[in-house]
Amino acid sequence: MGLQAIAFYLLAAVTLGAGFLVVTARNPVHSVLFLILAFFTAAGLFVLLGAEFLAMLLVVVYVGAVAVLFLFVVMMLDVDFSALRAGFARYLPIGLVVGGVLAVEMVLVAVTVALKGAAAAHDAPLVPSHEVTNAEAIGRVLYTDYVYFFQAAGLVLLVAMIGAIVLTLRHKPGVKRQDIAKQVARTPKTGMKLVQIQSGQGVREEGISE
Amino acid sequence: MSFYSALSLAWPEVFLAVSTLVLLVAGAVGGNRLSSLVSTLAGLALLVAAALAWTAPHGKAFAGGFVSDEASAFAKVAIYGMSAVAVLLGDRWLTRLKANQFEYPVLILLAAVGMGMMVSAGDLISLYVGVELQSLALYVMAAFRRDDAKASEAGLKYFVLGALSSGLLLYGASLIYGFAGSTHFDVIAKAATGASNTGVLFGLVFLICGLAFKVSAAPFHMWTPDVYEGAPTPVVGFFAAAPKLAAMVLFARALYDSFPHAADQWRQVVIVIAVLSMLLGAFAGLAQKNLKRLWAYSSIANVGYALVGLSTGTQSGAQSMLVFMVLYMIDVTGFFACLSALSRGGKPMETIDDMAGLVRERPGLALAMTAFALSALGLPPFAGFWGKFYVFKAALESNLAWVAVLGLVSSVVAAFYYLRLVKVMWFDAPAGKTDAVPADARGVAYAAAIFSCPVVLVALIGLDPLAKAAAAAFGLH
Repeated sequence: MGLQAIAFYLLAAVTLGAGFLVVTARNPVHSVLFLILAFFTAAGLFVLLGAEFLAMLLVVVYVGAVAVLFLFVVMMLDVDFSALRAGFARYLPIGLVVGGVLAVEMVLVAVTVALKGAAAAHDAPLVPSHEVTNAEAIGRVLYTDYVYFFQAAGLVLLVAMIGAIVLTLRHKPGVKRQDIAKQVARTPKTGMKLVQIQSGQGVREEGISE
Repeated sequence: MSFYSALSLAWPEVFLAVSTLVLLVAGAVGGNRLSSLVSTLAGLALLVAAALAWTAPHGKAFAGGFVSDEASAFAKVAIYGMSAVAVLLGDRWLTRLKANQFEYPVLILLAAVGMGMMVSAGDLISLYVGVELQSLALYVMAAFRRDDAKASEAGLKYFVLGALSSGLLLYGASLIYGFAGSTHFDVIAKAATGASNTGVLFGLVFLICGLAFKVSAAPFHMWTPDVYEGAPTPVVGFFAAAPKLAAMVLFARALYDSFPHAADQWRQVVIVIAVLSMLLGAFAGLAQKNLKRLWAYSSIANVGYALVGLSTGTQSGAQSMLVFMVLYMIDVTGFFACLSALSRGGKPMETIDDMAGLVRERPGLALAMTAFALSALGLPPFAGFWGKFYVFKAALESNLAWVAVLGLVSSVVAAFYYLRLVKVMWFDAPAGKTDAVPADARGVAYAAAIFSCPVVLVALIGLDPLAKAAAAAFGLH
């Protein structure tokens, strides 16, 4: 028990610290790196709760895909972060007020949920079963009770994919694409052109006919 | 319940989803030269889905996540029918601009699946996934003309504010789940009975905020005028019709099915939203010069009237909301069909001044637009009058006379801008020659206008009992 408590406090402290540094770090690349640290420690918290599968998902999806994507965007976009930061001191008081109100609300809600919410109906937290693994427990309901939501979520992703293609794909004219059939069908006759060069006229560049 | 009987309840959505995938593959292989064919088939698929929805068996499926009853059948027939009209209008419009893409009908189909999920939601998860499926498709459609700066701005604005509202909705849903211990509407209804239900109600307020955003009710309306102004006209005609009905039915389901015992609490919130929407739609519309913006404020006001019906919490109130929304949908689709048909020198006519003397140029369309303006104003015997009649009757029955009076006041204020449009069209000097009017948009506009004036009198005989049966499915009295 003692070891678990130490692990919990260590992970929680690192998560909070990393979260704070995400907002305050001067360099946006550092911010994203701290975000990755926060994700990792949160995954550790999940492991402590007995939710190994969620922990792995967090690492694979958030660290592996989302955060790396953030990193790419931050590095590739030419955003002047010092300009964005210009009003920081001016907006700090109102930001603190909003943040403070939100924090108080969340604490109140969390306390009420703990005392009166559905969790209060169970005396002890649900103990993870040792007979089925996390992944199996999720899989058992995901494709049975929740198959409708699962498929519908798939459709949502499909819309996102179609949307990304519709809004960004452009067929530019004049782009040279590889056409393998054309390449294979090429013969020396079509691929080569013999030109008589008159002396003193110079050489003109000529496209090879297809 | 076996998987197959569950599927049979959701047959219209399954059919739509499968035809979407088939059409998507066909479009991806065949390219944009197939876009007309894809559109035609998409329209037919929507009509078939409407027929399937009408004949679908009633019951609950997928662990309560999907509800099929009279209300869902009623809403789905209207939604799929209107989506079919939107496919027709949009495809022909894009073809005229030589910008037709097969993704357009596919996105409408996906939005229609989302709306079908919304009106059949029996669980917070299906509520959220349905809303998101519908909204995402609409965000993309708003920005469909991506080379148009205004359309891109509209799409981005809609997306960012829509994401914010989804956040509100999810926060509310998570609070409700935390206090009720279930995402299922029936279980939430039980949890919301006890004395210590403050937490659930706290979540409910957030849920209402998120839904109010989706129906563009004040004070969550900020996105509406900008998005309507920027998005392509036929797309706006779609936005203003089917998704609004879907969101209103979802609103009714969330409130009536999961919070029947907290009616006193949510009624206050909904009444405030309804009154604000009616007044804001009427007063802010006065300053508008662009017809798309004007009709955005008009739609805010109209959603306010529908919310009055919803806020009564009675069966006749729910019935009035359904009748009102169906009549409004037909009017607004006809109006935007007119707008998409009218252009002058290749430039779309979008301001009130553009319409000057329209009656001498295009008497048919001017007459149709007059009908829509008078209907939106609520003049008898136009469709809009009957919608408001039902709503105010329901409000008076549940002792909400002051709300009905405020509704009448805002109607009178809004009459100014509707009548100004009529005056400009009939009595001002013509502003120049208009371009040829495409047959499809004109056909839709005429059909909607004829429905708005004489046909509605006959249609109401059928619509009244259908809406009544649909409202009875909510389990109110």
